[in-house]
Amino acid sequence: MFRPEELDANEKRLRRWEGTTLKESLKKQPESRKRFLTTSSAPVERLYTPLDIRDWDPLQKLGVPGEFPYTRGIHPTMYRGRLWTMRMFAGYGSAEDTNRRFKYLIGHGETGLSVAFDMPTLYGYDTDEPEAKGEFGTCGVAVPSLRDMEILFGGIDIGGVSTSMTINSPASVIWAMYLANAERRGIPWKSLRGTIQNDILKEYQAQKEWIFPPEPSMRLVVDTFEFGSKQVPQWNTISISGYHIREAGATAAQELAFTLANGFEYVRWGVDRGLKIDDFAPRLSFFFNAHNDLFEEIAKYRAARRIWAREMRETFLAKNPRSWLLRFHTQTAGVSLTAQQPEVNIVRTAVQALAAVLGGTQSLHTNSYDEAYQVPNEKAVRIALRTQQILAHESGVANTVDPLGGSYYVESLTDRMEQEAYAYFDRIQALGGVIPAIRKGFFQQEIANSAYRYQREIEDKERTIVGVNDFVVDERPEVEPLRVTREAYARQLRRLARTRKERDAQKHEGALDRLRKVCEGDANTMPFILDAVRADATLGEICDVMREVFGVWEEPLLY
Amino acid sequence: MAKKIRVLIAKPGLDGHDRGAKVVARALRDAGMEVIYTGLRQSPEDIVEAAIQEDVDAIGLSSLSGAHMALFPDVVKLLKKRGAGDIVVVGGGIIPDEDVAKLKRAGVRAVFGPGTPLAEIVEYFRSSGT
Repeated sequence: MFRPEELDANEKRLRRWEGTTLKESLKKQPESRKRFLTTSSAPVERLYTPLDIRDWDPLQKLGVPGEFPYTRGIHPTMYRGRLWTMRMFAGYGSAEDTNRRFKYLIGHGETGLSVAFDMPTLYGYDTDEPEAKGEFGTCGVAVPSLRDMEILFGGIDIGGVSTSMTINSPASVIWAMYLANAERRGIPWKSLRGTIQNDILKEYQAQKEWIFPPEPSMRLVVDTFEFGSKQVPQWNTISISGYHIREAGATAAQELAFTLANGFEYVRWGVDRGLKIDDFAPRLSFFFNAHNDLFEEIAKYRAARRIWAREMRETFLAKNPRSWLLRFHTQTAGVSLTAQQPEVNIVRTAVQALAAVLGGTQSLHTNSYDEAYQVPNEKAVRIALRTQQILAHESGVANTVDPLGGSYYVESLTDRMEQEAYAYFDRIQALGGVIPAIRKGFFQQEIANSAYRYQREIEDKERTIVGVNDFVVDERPEVEPLRVTREAYARQLRRLARTRKERDAQKHEGALDRLRKVCEGDANTMPFILDAVRADATLGEICDVMREVFGVWEEPLLY
Repeated sequence: MAKKIRVLIAKPGLDGHDRGAKVVARALRDAGMEVIYTGLRQSPEDIVEAAIQEDVDAIGLSSLSGAHMALFPDVVKLLKKRGAGDIVVVGGGIIPDEDVAKLKRAGVRAVFGPGTPLAEIVEYFRSSGT
């Protein structure tokens, strides 16, 4: 906190500077543009001083790392104790293809696994359903059955490594497959570590991989909270994700606000179910984007920790400090990658990854330079992983905790992020809460507006994108293609057909019947989904039962 | 006064990436065109039906998931079958060069990749949509 006479002296000095040194400088060399904006179109001042954080009390706003409000980080020693988990999102083609990629990444030093599923899997369809036409293995790996899950993790020590799975509407089914696979391999659930994304609210808002309407979807999510807290205690049953909100066009402040608002909504649903907050809140985890603007991103992560800790302690009255911690994964911004001069994406990704590390992330995915074209090839993904290893081992940024703490700019941005988030919380509440606001298209419209503004700024050259609207070269980029093979597709179809033929029909039918009944009632669905998976029911069959009982979401159309 | 150009912006298949489709829809609307947005998860049949019902001049198909080869040509084929082969079909999204050539042979008139200026897309619809 600054003493009043200190602030006065600063102010006087600043005014004098403005009238003399600055004035003369601007006369000789005017600034290059009228306004300077962050990536989120927020204004940036010329200079930040103590006057921008007048009433700022470091004890209250920062505290110390590993203690409330965790602005500086959730661990007392941060990366000096243990580096972040290097977790590369990977998946394409069949389970065999992706299993090879996992082993390649582990061989090159990655420290956690992360599964990308293909579109049919994300929507709860089997590979051979008509809706899945053309989509097998293109955006991720196809896992329509337990057999695929077994192959996906074959030869990988799932008792030792942590696994993150980007799966939402059918999250409980895919998780059940992972658990059933562990069971068959004799690995106790209590030793399993990992995350299912399972964040349905942001699907309606941004990522759009929804199946069922919000209420039954939320019930499925809370079922996993309840089941996980008892049976799989080291598992993060949700990763509350701003990443996709940002990718769809949101600003940093919108990403922060909508993600935390969603987080509070999950907490309310858990509490309404009768769960004790301190039983499930420690297993809630987060996932943020790292976009181009270094300081804005760092401020966002710091503000996120502070808001979450305060609300969990003071509004939701959680007692266990583990419930106050906002632990998060970061992925660099896919949307920032350019198809033009793709190699330059390596540099963009490095800057974005730096933001995540300076912001105190717990795990990190770095995008590959060819991802404006395709799921990455081996060389591209290795360079992306090396980028993290350079930050960790060569750059020195991991040597001290929250190195930017106390920066006038970063602290002032952190405060501003926080204020903008609370302003959105009020607007969401005025609309009746998160789910009514989804039904009204509020988030969707806010995101679309920001996306359009960003694009207009590029068109109007108010924003420079290297290689796209400036520094352009005329070349055909060389990207080594990665294609899903016909053989992989044929093998996948054969595998599914065999699974359906060889399973015990009676056991299979009985499991699906029981699942239907439980869906119609209100008991926890997880044990019944597990039984269906054990009986070799496919993802599509299980989701069909749920589609019949729960119905399908129809989103408000807007742009 | 010239008749307003009518455009259907459609998302075929399961791909949920709708940022690009919505930005383009809005740019076309701001340029004075009538824009109908289908929303997600449309089959080629749904898209052709909507195009005929809405009497559009052009269809913009957006896909970023890699399913374009399985879906875009079907839209062109179905339009011809329904006697609406005069509707211009264009595509956008993550589409490799070798597929662009194939799509053009299949009757997709233009393909706009990542980084295409909105002005170029607007101009294309303006010059070929009427």
